Amino acid sequence: MSHVLVVYTDDEPGVLTRVASLFRRRSFNIHSLTVGPTERPDVSRMTVVVDTDEATARRAVEHLRKLVNVLEVQQLGVGQSNVLRDLALIRVKAGPTKRSEVLQLVEVFRANVVDIAEDTLVIECTGSLAKIEALVDTLRPFGIIELGRTGAVAMARGTPTALKASVTPLRTGTNAGSMSV
Amino acid sequence: MSKVESHTGAQLIWDSLVREGVDTVFGYPGGAILPTYDAMTEYPIRHVLVRHEQSAAHMADGYARASGRVGVVVATSGPGATNLVTGLATAMLDSTPLVAITGQVGSGLLGTDAFQEVDITGITLPVTKHNYLVTRAEDIVPALREAFAVARSGRPGPVLVDITKDAQQSRAVLDWEGAEPRRHLRHLPAPLDPAALAQALDLIREAKRPLILAGHGIQLSGARAEVLALAERADIPYALTLLGLGAVPATHPLSLGMMGMHGEAWVNRAIQEADLLLALGMRFDDRVTGKLKEYAPHAKKIHIDIDASELNKNVPVDVAIAADLGEVLRALLPQVPVADRSAWLGSIREWRGDSAVRDIKNLPDDGHLYAAHVMHDLWRLTKGEAVVVSDVGQHQMWEAQYYHHDGERSLITSGGAGTMGFALPAAIGAKIARPEAEVWVVAGDGGFQMTFAELMTAVQEGVKVNIAVINNGYLGMVRQWQALFYEGRYAATPILSPDFVKLADAFGIPGQRVESRAEVAAAVERARAAETTALIEFKVEQEDSVYPMVPAGAALHDMIRRPSPSVLAETGADPV
Repeated sequence: MSHVLVVYTDDEPGVLTRVASLFRRRSFNIHSLTVGPTERPDVSRMTVVVDTDEATARRAVEHLRKLVNVLEVQQLGVGQSNVLRDLALIRVKAGPTKRSEVLQLVEVFRANVVDIAEDTLVIECTGSLAKIEALVDTLRPFGIIELGRTGAVAMARGTPTALKASVTPLRTGTNAGSMSV
Repeated sequence: MSKVESHTGAQLIWDSLVREGVDTVFGYPGGAILPTYDAMTEYPIRHVLVRHEQSAAHMADGYARASGRVGVVVATSGPGATNLVTGLATAMLDSTPLVAITGQVGSGLLGTDAFQEVDITGITLPVTKHNYLVTRAEDIVPALREAFAVARSGRPGPVLVDITKDAQQSRAVLDWEGAEPRRHLRHLPAPLDPAALAQALDLIREAKRPLILAGHGIQLSGARAEVLALAERADIPYALTLLGLGAVPATHPLSLGMMGMHGEAWVNRAIQEADLLLALGMRFDDRVTGKLKEYAPHAKKIHIDIDASELNKNVPVDVAIAADLGEVLRALLPQVPVADRSAWLGSIREWRGDSAVRDIKNLPDDGHLYAAHVMHDLWRLTKGEAVVVSDVGQHQMWEAQYYHHDGERSLITSGGAGTMGFALPAAIGAKIARPEAEVWVVAGDGGFQMTFAELMTAVQEGVKVNIAVINNGYLGMVRQWQALFYEGRYAATPILSPDFVKLADAFGIPGQRVESRAEVAAAVERARAAETTALIEFKVEQEDSVYPMVPAGAALHDMIRRPSPSVLAETGADPV
C-alpha cells in the first residue's frame, strides 16, 4: 500500500543523501521522492511515496524525525483528503496518420502538446498518479519512445501547513554530502 | 570600532571542548589534524595517544559509558578517520554519546582524491546520529556545540565533525552564546499522554504474572531508583538485557538475571509465561526475543523507550510510550497499587531450583579450569564491586552469567555491535574516567589479540587495569556454533596465542598464567596488588560451551539446557 510522507528539511547540502540513505538502510521501499523549495528560503520540502504497510510507514516517520535536518514530517492520507500531483513528459509516435487521434486523446486527458516533430509529439500531463497511468496506458499502443515523470508532490487539503512557524532552521552551511538538495 | 580578538580554528576546537566540560580526548595525530594538535598544549585537556584509531573510539566509548559524560576522539583524515568506523558503529548500536573530530584535507582539495582524503561524512552517515563537514573557521563552534547537544540528547549516540585543514588554520571570532544549538530540540518527546499512562496502569493492576524487562535505557535515563521503586511497590520481578546488567542490582530478591539467548532457563520461562511485560529502556533485540512469533505469547506488553522508532519495531505492543523512562515512572509510581505476587514469584523460584543443580559453579573442582569458575571467583574476590569491561564471545556470556553486577555502569561491553577487541581499549577509557574504580578486562584469546597493542598505551599513560585473558585456544563462540550447527567442522576457529606472560613482560607489566582453579585467587590478588596494568592468562577448558542457549531463530522456551552434572563431572568436557 502507498503512503505519502511530506518531509520538511533544512535547505542544506547533503540532506537528500541523509533521507535517501535512511530509506535504503531500513529497506523502506521508495516509490517516488521529490524535493523542492518552499515558501521559506531556508526550508526544503520532500514528498516521499513509500510502498509499505501502515506500521512500517509509521516507523519511517519516526526514523525521519530522528534526522537532525528534518523539521517536521506529515503522513498524508490517514483520515484526511489530499491533493497529489505528478507531472509526466511523454514522447509518443504520431506520424501523419495517427496524429489527430493522439491529439484527441490529449484533449480528453486535458494534457498539453509541448513539442511537435515530424513523427513524434511530446505530451505534458499533470494529475494524480492514476490519471498519468491511464494516459500512459492509452498512449502505449501508439508507441511511447520516452517517458519522464517527476514523482508525486502532495499537500493536505484544507489544513494549514505542517511547518510550524516556531520551527527554526539553523544557519550552518556545515553539512556533509556530495548531493545537493 | 572596537577590536575583537580572533582565534584560529584549531584554538576554537579546544576552546569548545573545554567549555563542553571535556577533560580527556583519545586520539592519534596526522597531517590534516596537525594544526589542531599544535594548539592542543595551550588547553587543560589530557590527550591519550592510542596505538590505533579504532581503539581511540573504544576508549572514548568506555570513558563515556563509565562516567555518563561525552567521550571525545580525535583522528586525522583518510585512514585515521576510516579506522574510527568500527568504534562509531559500536557506540551507535549501544547508544554511547561520542564526539569524533577528524581532520580533513584543505577545502580547495575536497573531491580531488588528494593525499589522505576520504569522504568520512559519507562513510559514517549510517553509523552516526549526525555528522558535519566544516570548511570555515566560523562554523567550528556552532558545529561542535550542536555535535555535543546531539550526542547527549534523546537516545545518545556518536557524532562526527570533519574539519578541513584550512578551517583549522584560518581565524574567526569566538561567539559561544551566538552558537547555541537548537536543532537537536526539534524532535524531543512530546508531553506524556495521560491516556497511555492510564492504560499502562490498568494493565499493571490486572496483571497476575508481570515481569519487568530492564534495559540499558534505565542507566541512560538515570531511572534506577524509579525502576526499583516500581518493582518493589508492585512486587514485580525483573529480567535484564546484557546492557541492562547493573542498571538495577543483580543481587536484589526481585532480580532474575539476564534474559535471552544465554539467559538462564528460568528467566526465559518467566518471559514465556508472563501475562504482562514492562519493557523499560530496551529494544527487543533478536538476541533477547528469539523467535518473534512465539515470544511471550500470553503477555500484554508495555514498552517505554525514548526512541519512538523502536516502538512496535520487532514486537507489537499494547501500550507504547516514547518518553524519558524516569519521567514516565515518576508519573506512574504514585498510582501503582502495592501488590503481593508471591504465587508468581514462587513458580519462578521453583524453575530456578531445577537450573541450579546443573550450574557448573555448584560442582566440585574436578581438576579442570572452567571460565565460569574464573568469573565466579573474580566476582567473589572483587566483592562484585569492580567495573568489568568484557570483550565479545563466550567469556562475555560467562561474565554476564557469573559476575553479578549490582552497581550502575559496572559492566561495559559491546552488546549491539559485538565488536571483538573492544574490551582493553574501553577499559583504559573507563579507568581514566573513574580512576578510583577497580577495572577488570575480561577478554578471550581471540579478541584480546585484536587490540593488545593498547597495553603500551596503558603503560605510557600510567593507567592500571587488570586483565583476565580467557584462553581456550579457539574462537570459542564460533567454535560452539560450529559444534552445534555445523557438525563440528572447526573451520578457522583454532587460534594460537603468543606466550601471554612473555608478552606482558615485553610491555613491562606483570603477567601470570593460571591453569587450575586453586591458583585463581592468588593470581587475582597479585594482579590487584600490582601498581601497573597486570595480565593473567587463564588456560581454560578448550571445548567448553555456554549454556543455556536459545539457538538463533528458536523460541525462548526451546533452550539447550546445561548438560546434566554427571556428564560434566565424568569427562569435564563439553558433551557436544
